[in-house]
Amino acid sequence: MWHALIMRVHNAIQLKNPSPSFVGEVVSTNNQGTDMPKNKSRIAEILKAHQDDLAAEWVKNLQATGTGKDSRISESQLREQTKEFLVLLSEAAAVGGDVHSQAWNATVDFLEDVSRSRVQQGFTSEETARFIFSFKQPLFARLRAELAKDHEAFAEETWAATELLDKMGLITIAAFQKTREDLINRQQQEMLELSTPVVKMWDGILALPMIGTLDSARTQIVMESLLQRIVDTGAELAIIDITGVPTVDTLVAQHLLKTVTAIRLMGADCIISGVRPQIAQTIVHLGVDLQGVTTKANLADALSLALKKLGFAVTRTKAAN
Amino acid sequence: MTCAIRMMGGQVMALVKSEELPVRIEQDVVMARQAVRRLSVELKFSLVDQTKMVTAASELARNTVVYGGGGTMRCEVLIDGGKSGLRLTFEDQGPGIPDMSLAMKDGWTSGGGMGMGLSGAKRLVNDFEIVSEVGKGTRVTITRWK
Repeated sequence: MWHALIMRVHNAIQLKNPSPSFVGEVVSTNNQGTDMPKNKSRIAEILKAHQDDLAAEWVKNLQATGTGKDSRISESQLREQTKEFLVLLSEAAAVGGDVHSQAWNATVDFLEDVSRSRVQQGFTSEETARFIFSFKQPLFARLRAELAKDHEAFAEETWAATELLDKMGLITIAAFQKTREDLINRQQQEMLELSTPVVKMWDGILALPMIGTLDSARTQIVMESLLQRIVDTGAELAIIDITGVPTVDTLVAQHLLKTVTAIRLMGADCIISGVRPQIAQTIVHLGVDLQGVTTKANLADALSLALKKLGFAVTRTKAAN
Repeated sequence: MTCAIRMMGGQVMALVKSEELPVRIEQDVVMARQAVRRLSVELKFSLVDQTKMVTAASELARNTVVYGGGGTMRCEVLIDGGKSGLRLTFEDQGPGIPDMSLAMKDGWTSGGGMGMGLSGAKRLVNDFEIVSEVGKGTRVTITRWK
């Protein structure tokens, strides 16, 4: 949801600024394009001339709002980042153009890198966005000092600077969100990977311990792999253990019944184990008919039944001590 | 914490807690189940009652997503006299149910399910109420008392 919103804003910005520089755009409407080169570089000029002061002010601001106060990021790192960003920003601002144009690539890349590292260092999105937004105050103060006599220019430059920094802020947030989403995607993939192996219990007996939520695409994958293993091994009995499934509703029951039917069609038989008392009662009330399906309370019972069905007998050769 | 006290059937019923969750996608069904499980545990429902309530919530939340096109689930913790209960309200702005008696019938489904969800959910709870208007949406309210 949050991401979608950002992307929408992102896109809106792209659409709003098809190509001309927003710095140039604002200025040119004011000066009818006559003084453009001079005015266009005011921000860039100021950035370049006062780089060190601005960086120092910025770091101070960042620290006042809490960034760099703990061990997640060192002060020297913070100084380096602000300095590097100012260099890139003044270079890009000197060229002008849209933030999505090539001149801004280095700046945008740098911001995205900062965002990614913030995620890894455990910063929140708010703290990450603050990196850019805490630069507003020092920049505005500097603009004010430089353009004190020219109110119109001050207003124009302030607006241009606001727009610029807001866009930088959005880029930062979007990158932050993207990094988080990549992480979630990766975790989902990992979950699919570690979900439920089909294990061989005995000659001709396979077991599938199901864990977690059953009503997803995961079920399909797991069931398919069980059917495939039955073909591969020629197993006669499959045990599906649902001890690790917290809720058995009609959809889960339907999945189970379909699997049992499929297994039977392949000439094998199936036992469902791990039917706990509360699950049994719930299934009864739901009205799901599991008659005709062999069920057992736990995996051990299911295995002993399976062995018996296949003609094995387990005997104790020595008395327990 | 008490948000409202109202008269119902001549008895004083207190609403202790109220939460609302979106039920729009399949993942929300999982979230809804977890919320109901958490509240059932808080209310010290027995394991069987917890499981029943969670299963009923799972059925209705999925109906909201699949047939209602998404909606919300409101969870309310109630205290009525000496007993406490959990009330869940599922609301959607979907197509509605044209034939209620058919929808409540075991084994009937307009989709690809088993057709046991609605009637099964009713059997899993103490109070069950369903209001549906074609073209406007459906609201299902279930309550389980401790």
